Amino acid sequence: MSVHRLAAVAALLTGFAAAPAFAQEIELPKQNWSFDGPFGTFDKAAAQRGFQIYKDVCSNCHSMKQVYYRNLSGIGLSDAQIKAIAATVDVPTIGDDGQPTERKGLPADHFKSPYPNERAARAAQNGALPPDQSVIEKAREGGADYIFALLTGYTDPPAGVKMGDGMNYNKYFPGHQIAMAAPLSDGRVDYIDGTKPTLEQEARDVTTFLAYVANPEMEERKRTGIRVVLFLAMLSGLTYVVKRQVWSDVDH
Amino acid sequence: MSATAHATGHTPGDGHPEDGSKRDFLKMVTAASAFIGVGALAWPLIDSMNPSSDVLALSSVDFELAPVALGSAVTVVWRGKPVFVRHRTAEEIKGAEDVSLNQLIDPATDASRVKSGHDQWLVVIGICTHLGCVPLGNKPTDPRGEWGGWFCPCHGSQYDTSGRVRHGPAPLNLAVPPYGFVSDSKIKIG
Amino acid sequence: MVGLHTSDIKNPVINWIDTRLPIFTMMQKEYGVFPTPKNFNYFWNFGALAMVNLMIMIVTGIFLAMNYNASTAGAFDSVERIMRDVNYGWLLRYVHANGASMFFIVVYIHMFRSLYYGSYKKPRELLWMIGVAILLLMMATAFMGYVLPWGQMSYWGATVITNLFSAIPLVGDSIVTLLWGGFSVDNPTLNRFFSLHYLLPFVIIGVVFLHIVALHVTGSNNPLGIDVKSSQDTLPFHPYYTVKDLFGMCIYLLVFASLVFFAPNYLGHADNYIPANPLVTPTHIVPEWYFLPFYAILRSVPSKLGGVILMFSSIAILFVLPWLDTSPVRSARFRPIYRWMMVAFVVDCVLLGEVGGRPPEGIWVVVGQLSTLYYFLHFLVLVPVVGKMEHPLPLPESISRPVLPSGGGPLPAGYAAKPMEKV
Repeated sequence: MSVHRLAAVAALLTGFAAAPAFAQEIELPKQNWSFDGPFGTFDKAAAQRGFQIYKDVCSNCHSMKQVYYRNLSGIGLSDAQIKAIAATVDVPTIGDDGQPTERKGLPADHFKSPYPNERAARAAQNGALPPDQSVIEKAREGGADYIFALLTGYTDPPAGVKMGDGMNYNKYFPGHQIAMAAPLSDGRVDYIDGTKPTLEQEARDVTTFLAYVANPEMEERKRTGIRVVLFLAMLSGLTYVVKRQVWSDVDH
Repeated sequence: MSATAHATGHTPGDGHPEDGSKRDFLKMVTAASAFIGVGALAWPLIDSMNPSSDVLALSSVDFELAPVALGSAVTVVWRGKPVFVRHRTAEEIKGAEDVSLNQLIDPATDASRVKSGHDQWLVVIGICTHLGCVPLGNKPTDPRGEWGGWFCPCHGSQYDTSGRVRHGPAPLNLAVPPYGFVSDSKIKIG
Repeated sequence: MVGLHTSDIKNPVINWIDTRLPIFTMMQKEYGVFPTPKNFNYFWNFGALAMVNLMIMIVTGIFLAMNYNASTAGAFDSVERIMRDVNYGWLLRYVHANGASMFFIVVYIHMFRSLYYGSYKKPRELLWMIGVAILLLMMATAFMGYVLPWGQMSYWGATVITNLFSAIPLVGDSIVTLLWGGFSVDNPTLNRFFSLHYLLPFVIIGVVFLHIVALHVTGSNNPLGIDVKSSQDTLPFHPYYTVKDLFGMCIYLLVFASLVFFAPNYLGHADNYIPANPLVTPTHIVPEWYFLPFYAILRSVPSKLGGVILMFSSIAILFVLPWLDTSPVRSARFRPIYRWMMVAFVVDCVLLGEVGGRPPEGIWVVVGQLSTLYYFLHFLVLVPVVGKMEHPLPLPESISRPVLPSGGGPLPAGYAAKPMEKV
């Protein structure tokens, strides 16, 4: 891994773009994502469908603590839609009488977690803790490709593999035994926009959504990056010419 | 690249041979570009000190008016600042409306400081316009000053029942925050 | 006018200041007309780049600290808030995180340049030693900075590295407890790391200042490694090297920007986006890439104390390098054997980095031990012995007349084919 990285640094220094190489025990199938590359953007329709899957499926067990309802504007939802989505959850608060009560969610609220705390999550999940999904796309080696592979990688265990109690076989999970049962399947959700909900489509959409919530700054970052690189290239050219001129009277 | 145009304007006049002025021009373009680059670099640093999105997202609060009894006032927190919501008596409203503008330090009609049809409710930011202290006058035991509004304990500024400054050193009336009536008994500040 | 400096500066205001505090005269002397060898190649850009990089780190760091919360409960979330909510927070953080990698790239190239051209040799021994001190300070700063986001790698990196001190006989455990401020890496540890991470860069500035003072006393080395003979050999620093440094800086910023904007997490570890969990160690824990060679040396001996001693020796040995090198010639251009030794040494360091990034299993254990052995062999045996045995090529008379006049011997091999300056 390190040599790949060192090589990449060297390649960058010499001006070549190197493809990232991840040291993964199992080879992950490489997917094409709308957010790949220096000009990549999020496919907003896919991210919205992905949010629907998160809301209907994932959020039953997985929290997304870092994300606010207002962040949904980044996948193209309107303020009114965001308000309506936020209003569907009840947020604990302290009433005027000083007693705990609940109020309707606001765009400025964090996504509501399915469990009040880690112990409650473990108690409900057979001792396993469903990881927070706010930055999971960045927190897994392989990123979006890994998530997609995991979601579509459930199979029957090969002959001779002894499965732990309540564990499920997954081709791409390290160790192959995962506590989460296959979360997606053909027709798992009814898409609002009428897209056919195949397993692959669902996995692709929810991965796009997870990539967005992990990197909400990505589109702005890449746009800025293009400008910065162009500017620096121009300045490099200018300084090089000026340098040639300054040095033109030196015999060396 | 206005700096470039600027630089061009200067070069022909300084009497260098053709080659020399071309060199100077290039140097100026390079220097100007470098300065633009450094300026562009400074902006993200400065802007990072402005309010962040999570702070801006919390910039409005709803407030239920019903519990505020006639003649009393309460303090609501909005953007970390105290906002005074005062339920004015008919007498106080009349007193505020009857003042002639030339008697005021910072002339403003009472009508311009309340929402029409809701003139029993006065909503002002509870920060003295002198040096930022919170004036007294919301609690029944507080001094309200000679004009029955608020009294600032720091330097003795006094405000009337419309939140207008009547006695210095404060230069301006208490500010009215952006707010609106969601219903007759509920306001949204911000 | 006793005690006042006679300033040549025309502007009356600047003149007034300069007579009382001659900083303008000093800048003019040290960076304006400072006589600099005229034959630098682009490897001589990296000192200035390191300086720029240090400034970038300090400035972005100051603004990050305005939004960072040094507590185990708040650190991870505050970093995410910087990334999501603070205006341009993502830019500040990605510049700072990748800036650490860029800093080490720049400084390592700067050091290899010094090794290749013999810049550490007499009379620049102290200059070199101060540089090694800067490297140590940088390592401490980088290590503590990496702990601050309080992800899994932060936590376990801190645990493993602080535990190195437990190898010290008798007092080791007490020292580790002292470092932690408790019985494990926890809130007090994070707080003191933040404090020191903020402090050390300013110490680095001070030591960098000494580094530059020492440089300006001896003057720069150059690709030929011979002393400056006359003013014909030098150029005033400005404009020749200011413009060259500026051009180098643009290229450096291009590389930096490519990382920050298009691959900001490429050099990082996915595991550090998982909040620290003191009860679960990640399956594969490795330090950041710039520590990997040292990590490999640490693991190369199956003894706790031995590994720690070896790792610290690998840097300590650099302090005495000027006295280990017995060669009368500085530049590897005129040292046919040492030149190949340098190639082998670079390969060895890359190999150590590769070993450090892998689990210590199978063949990699042996490779790690051999490359560690070679690292020390290079400094302790090859450098002193080859320096004595090697027959250096004839040195040029001076920088401005790099080839001896007729009959002065053959051209050094490879010298004619490779012009000494690209421009």
